[in-house]
Amino acid sequence: MSDTASASGTQPRRRKLFDMLELDTRFLGMIGAFVLLCIVFNIFTDGRFLTARNIFNLTIQTVSVAIMATGMVFVIVTRHIDLSVGAVLAVSSAVMAVTQTVFLPHYLGLGLEHPLIAPLTMLVGLGVGTIIGAFNGWLIGYQGIPAFIVTLGGFLVWRNAGWYMTSGQTIAPLDSTFLLFGGAEGTLGTTASWIIGLLAAVAAIYGIWNARRSKVAHDFPVKPVWAEVAIGAIAVGAILGFIATLNAYLIPSGKLRRIFEARGEVVPEGYSQGHGLPISVLILIVVAVVMTVVARKTRLGKYIFATGGNPDAAELSGINTRFLTVKVFALMGFLAGLSAIVAQARLQAHSNDIGTLDELRVIAAAVIGGTALSGGIGTIYGAILGALIMQSLQSGMGMVGVDTPFQNIVVGGVLVLAVWIDIQYRKRTGG
Amino acid sequence: MTTPLVELRDISIAFGGVQAVDRVTVDLYPGEVVGLLGHNGAGKSTLIKCLSGAYQADSGEIFVDGKKVTINNPRDARAHNIETIYQTLALADNLDAASNLFLGRELTTPLGFVNEAAMEAETRKIMARLNPNFKKFSDPVSALSGGQRQSVAIARAVYFNARILIMDEPTAALGPQETQMVAELIHELKRQGLGIFLIDHDVHQVKTLCDRASVMKNGQLVGTVKVDEVTEDDILGMIILGKQPEKAA
Ligand SMILES: Nc1ncnc2c1ncn2[C@@H]1O[C@H](COP(=O)(O)OP(=O)(O)OP(=O)(O)O)[C@@H](O)[C@H]1O
Ligand SMILES: [Mg+2]
Repeated sequence: MSDTASASGTQPRRRKLFDMLELDTRFLGMIGAFVLLCIVFNIFTDGRFLTARNIFNLTIQTVSVAIMATGMVFVIVTRHIDLSVGAVLAVSSAVMAVTQTVFLPHYLGLGLEHPLIAPLTMLVGLGVGTIIGAFNGWLIGYQGIPAFIVTLGGFLVWRNAGWYMTSGQTIAPLDSTFLLFGGAEGTLGTTASWIIGLLAAVAAIYGIWNARRSKVAHDFPVKPVWAEVAIGAIAVGAILGFIATLNAYLIPSGKLRRIFEARGEVVPEGYSQGHGLPISVLILIVVAVVMTVVARKTRLGKYIFATGGNPDAAELSGINTRFLTVKVFALMGFLAGLSAIVAQARLQAHSNDIGTLDELRVIAAAVIGGTALSGGIGTIYGAILGALIMQSLQSGMGMVGVDTPFQNIVVGGVLVLAVWIDIQYRKRTGG
Repeated sequence: MTTPLVELRDISIAFGGVQAVDRVTVDLYPGEVVGLLGHNGAGKSTLIKCLSGAYQADSGEIFVDGKKVTINNPRDARAHNIETIYQTLALADNLDAASNLFLGRELTTPLGFVNEAAMEAETRKIMARLNPNFKKFSDPVSALSGGQRQSVAIARAVYFNARILIMDEPTAALGPQETQMVAELIHELKRQGLGIFLIDHDVHQVKTLCDRASVMKNGQLVGTVKVDEVTEDDILGMIILGKQPEKAA
């Protein structure tokens, strides 16, 4: 049991500094790859890739997959897989479309623009996703059917259940309040966005300060003050920079005119208005924060990671791993329902093929983001960055003019490459 | 003597065609260490797993403080203050020492969140007592040596004020100095009135640490002896030949 102290003086000083800063080098590498990707696309598109408009679009296109990717992290961490998320999204979307266009108007007498339509529809959509997810979890946890099989079956069952329900028809128009959750239609405007950005910045600084204070209180080693300040500055800069970019994307004049006309006014001369933070992105941010807190600060999160690391040990420690499986899949289903809201509102219609291939995008995002299929390892922020990288690749190639087949070939290749790099990285760091 | 702290009566359990434990009865008194011996595959681990809740016996009864109890899972066992150090250690390799020590019984803040700092502080305290050389508090336990992992498993079992402690080959991966520390720990816990089941292949160690020894062979109990009344050779005879020494207890 004699301990070879990790901080012994034999190691190179740079290594020591890195350990002390507790940086997630893998995540830094991903950010580096992402930045490189953006720069390359920006060069090849003559600067069109990194415009406020494109960044805005990229962000709202990423939301639906990113929301589900956070849930997929928990699924994969517990050594399972969910191939049905795209289909669950589709069936939730179908149910919501039918709810707001047929069920609520005809049976409850609520017209399409009634204020209760949007909240009720969303509750139904979230409920459908959660129930299907919980059912999957029950089949896996209590009946012992492998997750791969349960969700492969669900992949066929749920998409086609949705198809049957809508007779394969595209359903539109939808409730206008509901459409606010899609992205471009529902943004908070510049002032509210700045306020949220500032609050987020304050929260980030408080988080860093609080973590340090708690370590000091227990006499644990802490990072040097300059490092904490630098990390805080980067975090604040990133948050405010992001908000500034979204605010810089101006609402097109035609749309602005329609907004003013709806209020019975005319657009003043030379008036312009930025989009600001889309509601859908705000939802993603809330999901990311909540899921990160769940992963790190709650018993549920601890049990998810413990079960992934050693299912037997978790069971022997008194963790009800079967019920845990139900919870993890129910959460995944809930997030698929949430993504269905965002996806349907963004497309402004329910169509049969909504969410097609999303299961693969979601799994790829989680895996590129560092979630290990062997279980026990994964981060929420990594999965979101993974989703962003995937979407950037796809959009960027589209803008450059790469043919669709080549786009898919590249995305497939990148997935395998990312996992290979990950394996090499883990071999070296022994993580 | 008084009522036993715990009694396993006529426990049987089979896996498929293998009768791993066959009508075995053992008991344990407060402040007593009972050694469980037997060749590989004799059924020692399986027997104690019926007590720790990892397995459910096919038949037989378990009494704690003379009262019949049902132990269906590890939570039930913990509720009866039964703690176990498993032969496989049962650690989540991807988590650090503190997370493993408190797994299933996390310390929480008033808001219900896991209190990492308090758990690490407690872990540092108990490790300072059990293994002062232990320094790797922030690494996942996969980065620890076999002995360090074992000391985490031991810390987990003794931290929660067990009354009944099950140790399945606790010193298998330990060096001589650390083995000595575990021996001292066993003496101390014994003084505090715990009952300990100790599974060990080292007959000499059993003779020095234990009060009684129960020997198993092919799933059956060969017999239980007071270690003071027999020689090491007697015990070896029980293990290898499966027969009671002449003047059996
Ligand atoms: N989960 C299981 N499934 C099937 N057979 C099992 C299982 N666990 C144990 N056995 C069998 O039961 C018998 C007893 O095993 P057990 O692990 O109790 O032995 P042991 O006395 O602890 O041995 P050792 O000294 O090697 O640890 C063996 O024949 C083993 O193969
Ligand atoms: Mg054993």
